[in-house]
Amino acid sequence: MIMATIITTDMFAYDFMINAFAAAGIAAVVSGIVGYFLVMRGQTFAGHALSHIGFAGATGAGLVGLAPLWGLIAFTLAAGVIMGALSERISNRDVAIGVVLALALGFGLLFLHYHTSFATQATALLFGNVLAVDHAMITTLALLGAITLAALAFVMRPLVFSSLQPELAEAKGVPLRAVSVTFLAIVALAVSVCAQIVGVLLVFTLMVGPPAAAQRVTTGLWSGLFVSAGLAIGEAWLGLTTAFYTDWPVSFCIACLSALAYFVCIALPKRTRPAQAAPAS
Amino acid sequence: MSAVAFEHVTLQLGGRAVLSDVSFEIQAGEFIGVLGPNGAGKTTLMRAILGLLAPGAGRIKVFGQAPECGNPAIGYLPQLRTVLPDLRIRGRDVIAGSLNGECWGLALTSRRDRLMVEETLEAVGARELANRPLAEMSGGERQRLLLAQALIGSPKLLLLDEPLISLDARRQEIAIDVVRRFCRERKITVLFSAHELNQLLGTLDRVLYLGNGHAVLGAVEEVVTAPILSKLFGTEIQVLRADGHIFVMSRGLDVERTDHLHDHGHDHGHHHHH
Repeated sequence: MIMATIITTDMFAYDFMINAFAAAGIAAVVSGIVGYFLVMRGQTFAGHALSHIGFAGATGAGLVGLAPLWGLIAFTLAAGVIMGALSERISNRDVAIGVVLALALGFGLLFLHYHTSFATQATALLFGNVLAVDHAMITTLALLGAITLAALAFVMRPLVFSSLQPELAEAKGVPLRAVSVTFLAIVALAVSVCAQIVGVLLVFTLMVGPPAAAQRVTTGLWSGLFVSAGLAIGEAWLGLTTAFYTDWPVSFCIACLSALAYFVCIALPKRTRPAQAAPAS
Repeated sequence: MSAVAFEHVTLQLGGRAVLSDVSFEIQAGEFIGVLGPNGAGKTTLMRAILGLLAPGAGRIKVFGQAPECGNPAIGYLPQLRTVLPDLRIRGRDVIAGSLNGECWGLALTSRRDRLMVEETLEAVGARELANRPLAEMSGGERQRLLLAQALIGSPKLLLLDEPLISLDARRQEIAIDVVRRFCRERKITVLFSAHELNQLLGTLDRVLYLGNGHAVLGAVEEVVTAPILSKLFGTEIQVLRADGHIFVMSRGLDVERTDHLHDHGHDHGHHHHH
């Protein structure tokens, strides 16, 4: 007990750990909440593609001397808007998305090729580097996170309606295309925030793992959102703690916890009431 | 004032005229059975009334006004109902999500809205059912829940697109009965599209039969006759009445039960002259 207390105190004695906890907390909340809708809409693959496209943006930004984050945001936002606008034709088609994401990774490699000094940062982009986050980055992440969640709050009603019952939503005058574009722009911002923590290759660990697990434990809309955000925070912070003790990479620890939580939730008995008995006739 | 009026309306879908020069008038409070072979334009007709499809020619009036998208006076049960297999959100929350779903903001439901949902669920006997996710319901259970949803908020006009599909005979009767009771009490006009006429016989006031680009509205005895149906199906049709049931036959086969015949009838129509 005493040993544990001393070591825990130790972890927060480092500024970089405090920064990492703050940044990971912001990213986890944003990812868990936005990811919940991504899973609800069955668009997880589109989210995955956005993060890969963001990789090309980040390396491209390095080439022209900008911070990688802005390149990441610019590319994912543009790609999200385009995918949303092409909605029925592209965003739900795995093959088209797969081709585009492979192309984006290819471009990322090309940009790295012409900007070799940037290559050391490539690993941080791909797999995240939360321990290098500074105060300025935390402020930026908090701002981006707030914008993302505010936008999501604004479109939540039509988003839920058009995700659950698109035919009826259309009949009630919900602008499906506009909602779809706005949502993918929101996903793009969330991906940019999330990638700062776990890297573009592992955004699924915070954006898909927690919401998918949450949907297994609860069938309520709001309870699902809260469980998803809670799981994401728990996984991110526990991942950081584990990494601190073991010296394993943070993203690896978060990825493990995310997968663990998902499989445990799948193994749990479904929390729904048993089938209604047929009424006696 | 009529609930729905079509004046020389032509509806086109991808360049093809699904309905051409169609005129009819449905009175408020009527229960109309919408029938006709596959591809006759039952869904297209409903989408036009909802304001989702502008007529190529003619005028449509809904309660005296041009159709407008999102008209709160219309309750709608679409035929194509997407349910994502992984979606594990309970039925009650899915329904609640449809209330004011066209407004912006957080998807919070007021106490009044929740009460309204519970009342309607109670009316169709689906309160228990609504605890389960849609993806885990049978086709019939899902149908019952979505029917409840269409009834929420006291619409003046109810458009039900094939609500009996995937229900067994007993569930079909229950569904028809629920709609009839609910709508008679509240004087709601109903357009109820179906494949089979017989279950609706005791319920409907008039029938709107579509086919071959035409539409005929009238009492069952006037419309469901060999000459009129032969024209609508574009093939020789016999109508047999037995024991309070009506059988629409083409070359000895019941057209309401044999789907492929519809296609045959449709193809045949191109060579048929009237």
